[in-house]
Amino acid sequence: MSIQVRNIRKAFGDFVALDDVSLDFPTGELVALLGPSGCGKTTLLRIIAGLEQADAGQVLLDGEDASGTHVRERQVGFVFQHYALFRHMSVFDNVAFGMRMKPRGERPSERQIRDKVHELLALVQLDWLADRFPTQLSGGQRQRIALARALAVEPRVLLLDEPFGALDAKVRKELRRWLRKLHDELHITSIFVTHDQEEALEVADRVVLMDHGHVEQTGTPEEVYRHPATPFVYGFLGAVNFFHGRVDGSALRVGDDVLPHASQEFDAGAEVIAFARPHELDLVPDEQGDAGEIGVGARIARILAFGVTARIELDGLNGLGGKSSGQHFEVELTQQRVAELNLAEGQRVRLLPSRLKVFERNGTTGASA
Amino acid sequence: MAAATTLAWTGAARADAATRFEAQAATREAPWVKWLILGISLAFFAVFLLLPLVAVFVEALRKGWETYWSALAHDDALSAIGLTLTAAAIAVPLNLVFGVAAAWAIAKFEFRGKHFLITLIDLPFSVSPVIAGLIYVLIFGAQGWLGPWLAEHDIRIIFAVPGIVLATVFVTFPFVARELIPLMQAQGREEEEAALVLGASGWQTFRHVTLPNIKWGLLYGVILCNARAMGEFGAVSVVSGHIRGQTNTLPLHVEILYNEYQFAAAFAVASLLALLALVTLTVKTWVEHRAGSGTPSSKAQQDAAS
Repeated sequence: MSIQVRNIRKAFGDFVALDDVSLDFPTGELVALLGPSGCGKTTLLRIIAGLEQADAGQVLLDGEDASGTHVRERQVGFVFQHYALFRHMSVFDNVAFGMRMKPRGERPSERQIRDKVHELLALVQLDWLADRFPTQLSGGQRQRIALARALAVEPRVLLLDEPFGALDAKVRKELRRWLRKLHDELHITSIFVTHDQEEALEVADRVVLMDHGHVEQTGTPEEVYRHPATPFVYGFLGAVNFFHGRVDGSALRVGDDVLPHASQEFDAGAEVIAFARPHELDLVPDEQGDAGEIGVGARIARILAFGVTARIELDGLNGLGGKSSGQHFEVELTQQRVAELNLAEGQRVRLLPSRLKVFERNGTTGASA
Repeated sequence: MAAATTLAWTGAARADAATRFEAQAATREAPWVKWLILGISLAFFAVFLLLPLVAVFVEALRKGWETYWSALAHDDALSAIGLTLTAAAIAVPLNLVFGVAAAWAIAKFEFRGKHFLITLIDLPFSVSPVIAGLIYVLIFGAQGWLGPWLAEHDIRIIFAVPGIVLATVFVTFPFVARELIPLMQAQGREEEEAALVLGASGWQTFRHVTLPNIKWGLLYGVILCNARAMGEFGAVSVVSGHIRGQTNTLPLHVEILYNEYQFAAAFAVASLLALLALVTLTVKTWVEHRAGSGTPSSKAQQDAAS
């Protein structure tokens, strides 16, 4: 089933949670709503489920306006961040709940219910836990039971509210892969909310980035990661370094330093902000601290050489007159390159970006260095 | 995991912690501190709690079993017992329904005047029972607001059974609600939302999700409510009129007998109330025990621990 939301607005008192949000969720896709906490993603999910009422706008389920449809008639499966399993019921009874609550005419026989529950428990690979109670399960197991329970009523849409938010890192990674696999088997239209960009990029077919009640960008994980539409998206999807500067011909002036910039998008003199990911920066030694050379001056603060690549933390020296600017940078180099440059902590270097993403400066950067 | 740990933190676990605390030299208090504190609390317990309780039964049986039974079997005593049971049988279910509704409204919804409602629920606790009785006399009494109208239609409330029931309802108002509000607030709305999304109706959600989650708290509140309903004196005394065989409840009957110097009979009837208190305490302890260890997880943990 497809889902469309049209011009949804929602405010809690003075706080605007959703400001004119319109989105399409095509049938069979797994879409991630991604954004920092307070960006309105959970509110949007709850409005689609019918657990929250929008102040204005429409939710269309399969092209039909669902505004007047009660939650229980929307046929959505909802998975809560804190599982919301019925604590006084066994795992079996939890999963059977939806089927048992059906009106007498539609209700399957106890035998059918039993078969269905065991089928679902097998699907989430927890058939052996049927007689346990929720408090006897681990967090990961509880969330899988919650998913089985949501699937028991054969929902047309599956909505997951930070499903892995309360789990530890290892279990999270496992469940992510497992959710993707499950979706590939069931092909049910699914929306999941997360604030973890890695999770969203890894699991979803499409990612919707939200901030302050607005949709910032929509696209495949590849698209949003490679071609972020706004500084916020760039900053949110991974570690970034940024440079405030002014366009000057085919160069970018950052304080006294100069960065190469060939693009003709911006007028000369335009105030811009340029982004580069840690792996898009290279270092060149700069013992004298010559001003005017290509690259932004910095001093190495720490070298973290474990892992496949080395991470280098630097303090910016791009203040006026080559002074410390208080800005921090992070560069990712291969171990080989680190050895080649013979880098040491405290050394002066220049940062050279291999790729720069430049945005006009309008006050909203949302980026972190 | 965290939830399981919390649930396991029941009486047994707490006693265990105390024992461990006591066993370690580093955390142990000097013996005289322990015995002093124990001595003070035991002495207090004996003088203020145990002694009066024993005195009730001793006084009741002073003139032998025969007097005891005849005092209880007296027509006026039987009628007082009947009236007390009637008042409780009406007040407790009323407050059960009200308590659940109020706790539900306060814990699960946001609305204007919520804090005012919470404060208002506590009013019967904070106001003197005598005033509670007087309020009803002022409203329904012969000189009260509705007095003339009631007299015209020949409806008797004050100095009759309805007045006693009203006063009892008033003073026992907060017990159930007070017990449930924190419980329901702690449980939140998520399970109910999950039930709704799964297609349950409002009633099904209440019956299969909300009620099982609050049942022990509810029972606890009902027990306390019942004990107070049967034992209430002040408010009921004001509205009852003390008509023997008609508007006397057990506590009022005790007072009348005592004022007439029938001490043995007074204590015999009082012993009924004392017994009620003991039964209440026993049931209450059992409920607390069930509520604390009723969940399968903590049972399993206790099994594992023993």
